[in-house]
Parts: sequence; C-alpha cells; structure tokens
Amino acid sequence: MLTITLFPFGVGPDPNTLARIAAGTIWVSALLASMLALDRLFRADHDDGSLDLLGLSPLPLELVVLAKCLAHWLTTGLPLVVAAPVLAVLMNMNAEGFATLIGAMLIGTPVLSLIGAIGAALTVSLRRGGVLISLLVLPLYIPVLIFGVGAVDAAVYGLDAQPHLMVLGALLSAAIALCPWASAAALRLSLE
Amino acid sequence: MAILNRFANPARFMRLSAKLVPWVGWLTAALIAVGLYLSLFVAPPDYQQGESVRLMFIHVPAAWMALFIYTNMAVASAVGLIWKHPLADIAARNCAPIGAAFTFIALLTGSLWGKPMWGTWWVWDARLTSVLVLFFLYLGYIALANAFDDPARGSRASAILALVGFINVPIIKFSVDWWNTLHQPASVMRAGGPSIDASMLVPLLIMAVGFTTYFFTILLLRMRADITARKIRALHIAQVERARPTPTPTPARA
Repeated sequence: MLTITLFPFGVGPDPNTLARIAAGTIWVSALLASMLALDRLFRADHDDGSLDLLGLSPLPLELVVLAKCLAHWLTTGLPLVVAAPVLAVLMNMNAEGFATLIGAMLIGTPVLSLIGAIGAALTVSLRRGGVLISLLVLPLYIPVLIFGVGAVDAAVYGLDAQPHLMVLGALLSAAIALCPWASAAALRLSLE
Repeated sequence: MAILNRFANPARFMRLSAKLVPWVGWLTAALIAVGLYLSLFVAPPDYQQGESVRLMFIHVPAAWMALFIYTNMAVASAVGLIWKHPLADIAARNCAPIGAAFTFIALLTGSLWGKPMWGTWWVWDARLTSVLVLFFLYLGYIALANAFDDPARGSRASAILALVGFINVPIIKFSVDWWNTLHQPASVMRAGGPSIDASMLVPLLIMAVGFTTYFFTILLLRMRADITARKIRALHIAQVERARPTPTPTPARA
C-alpha cells in the first residue's frame, strides 16, 4: 500500500497518467508483497528443525506446502484484495475496473503464493537465499502479471475481460495441481 | 535404458569425448565458415529490407539454439532427477551458460535488427518478452546451481527449476501465433513448410547446424573440464584427509 502511495509523488498527480498506470502498479505491488514474504515461508521451520519433522510425518509434504501457501496468501494476498478498491481510488482508476480488479486479484494472488513456494523451497537451505528467490520467482510471476493487468485494462476500456480471467483461472488450476508437487520435491532435496 | 547405463561411466565419457571433440570442432569451423560466406556474399538482399536482412542469419539460428539448449537442459535435468544418471547433472549444468549466451546474442542481434526495421530497439510484445523471461530463467538456473556448496545438490535444485521453467519454451514458440505481435510469425517451422526461398533458407540452415555443432563442441569441452575439476576437488579432499593427524586412542578406564 505504501508503494502505491509513492507513485503519485513519483509520476506527478495528473489523474490521466495515474489512471493509465493504475492496474499495473497495483499488480506490481501485489507481486512485491508476495515476493518479500516468501523468504519466511519455510526458513523458520528449516532453521529450528521442524521442517525435518514435517518431512517425517505421515502427512504428505505436498499438503504441508499447500497449507503454507494458504497461510502466505491469507497474510499477503487477501489483505491486498481487500485493500484493492481503496488503492484503485488512490490511483484514479475508472469505476468499471473495480470489480474486475478484485476478481482478477482473487484468482491471481493465490497463484503468486503457489509459484513463490517453489522458489522458497529451492532456496531454503541457502544462507543468502532471500536475494536469490526474487531472481528465480520473477520470471515465473510474469504471466500472472500480464493476464492480471490485461483483465483490468480490458474492463476499464470497456472490452471483455473474460478471456484474461479464464487464463488466470487456468493458471490457478495448474498451479494448485503442480506447484505443491514441485515445492515438495525441492523441500525433500534440502532435507537430505 | 541400457544405452544410458553404458555411457554413465565418466571415464568412458572422457575417452569418447577426447576423440569426438576435434571432429565436431573442425566440423563447426567448416560449417560456420561456409554459412557465413553464403549469408554475407551469396544470399540475395531482401527486396524490402535490403542488406540488413543478413542479421537474420545470426539472429534466427541463435534463437533456435536458445530454445534447443533449454530443451536439452530440461531433458538432462529430468534424466538426472529420475534416473540419477551421473553425467546428466553435469551436462545440464554446463548447458546453461551456453544457452544464456545464445539467448543474449538473439536478443542483441534482434534489437540491432529491430532499430532499422521497426524503428525501435525494443518492444514489449509476446515473443520478445518471453525470450527475455527465458534469459532470466537461464541466469536464475546458473545462480541457483552455484549457490550451493555441494555441486550435486546445486544441480538437483536447478534441475527442478529447469523443469518448472520449461513451460516457457512452447510459449515462446507459439507466442507469435497466440498474440498479435510485432515480431513476424514463423516462416520456417510451420505447418505447410518453409515460406522463404531456398537462396536464403540454405545459408540459414547451414548456420543453424553450424551453431548446433558449436554447442556440442563447447558442451563437451565444458563437461570434460567439469569432470576434471571434480576429480581435482576429490583429490584435494583426499589429501586433506591424509594430512590430518589421527587422534591417539585414550586407554580404557577399568
């Protein structure tokens, strides 16, 4: 939220400029919020040994990852979705875009948590892993960003946002199915 | 998988590659020399683009190599993860810098070609953006693989990353079909056969094959260097172990 309030100071308060970049800046701040919290996803457990216990438990590691992603989303994605209308007003977004913004962020932010879990799991055993997570995870975040912003911009300009939302939904389904599996494999790697 | 097992022995790989490297090396030199001659002097200038079309003979094969090498990397990563083939991890790890270099060349030559053709150095269309993402994936792979102290664990972690990022390769290939892009659609590998004339197609394909043999030469050289480096590392460790004084056993207390 603070990043969003910085933008009018940076680019000037011209309402048209702000409206043009509104969707993009809100999505980028969602990306950054998700990325900054990724380091804490597994690191605390790895440091005090509970990750080993989780790996030994009868519960499949994939479910553990899914639960952690849910927690991550509840603390980073959901507050942003709730705050999104306020941010949109601050950035002078057209009123037609609000509903699509909330819908797109509801679908898109869990994908960010899930993809981020892969990056966090890969770097959990590294000492300086936090810096590396951003490099690993950003290329994979870009499709979500493209379609999320595409959906909101389509709604603002009066075009159909359905295709973009559909692709976001597809990304979410694929992410829920595949990301826990990849993250669990990466966690097992660091448990060896 | 017997054939994989046969080539899993690093010593056999060193013997084979020692014999193979001069051949592929000279083949590379010959192919690229012929390809460059044909591209620069024999192929006709384009009716619309003039002489700057000759950038295509470097740009397109480099881009093809970037995708080909990433596919190689992903396959080697999968083989290393699933069957734990000892050379697969080494192969994947050494593919990455070559792939990153080719991606950079593709982006650079594309940008140089775009300025006279499109009037801009860069545009955020689907093809260019996804190739840039591919470049970042390569860099992330190299960073992750080198971040671990134990090279084996580093290879396995980056193997997972390579497989996750493989989704980008079909996106790049089909991006010009799925989106309305400034980058032109496929002219060679498309349904219905290539649409460019043989006078341009032949130098293009020769350069592509030349780049591929170049990749194999460099890959073999890098893998040989990597295996030798590991041997040296193992020898160092053995030396340290031998030099360490063995503790004198304390007498048992009755």
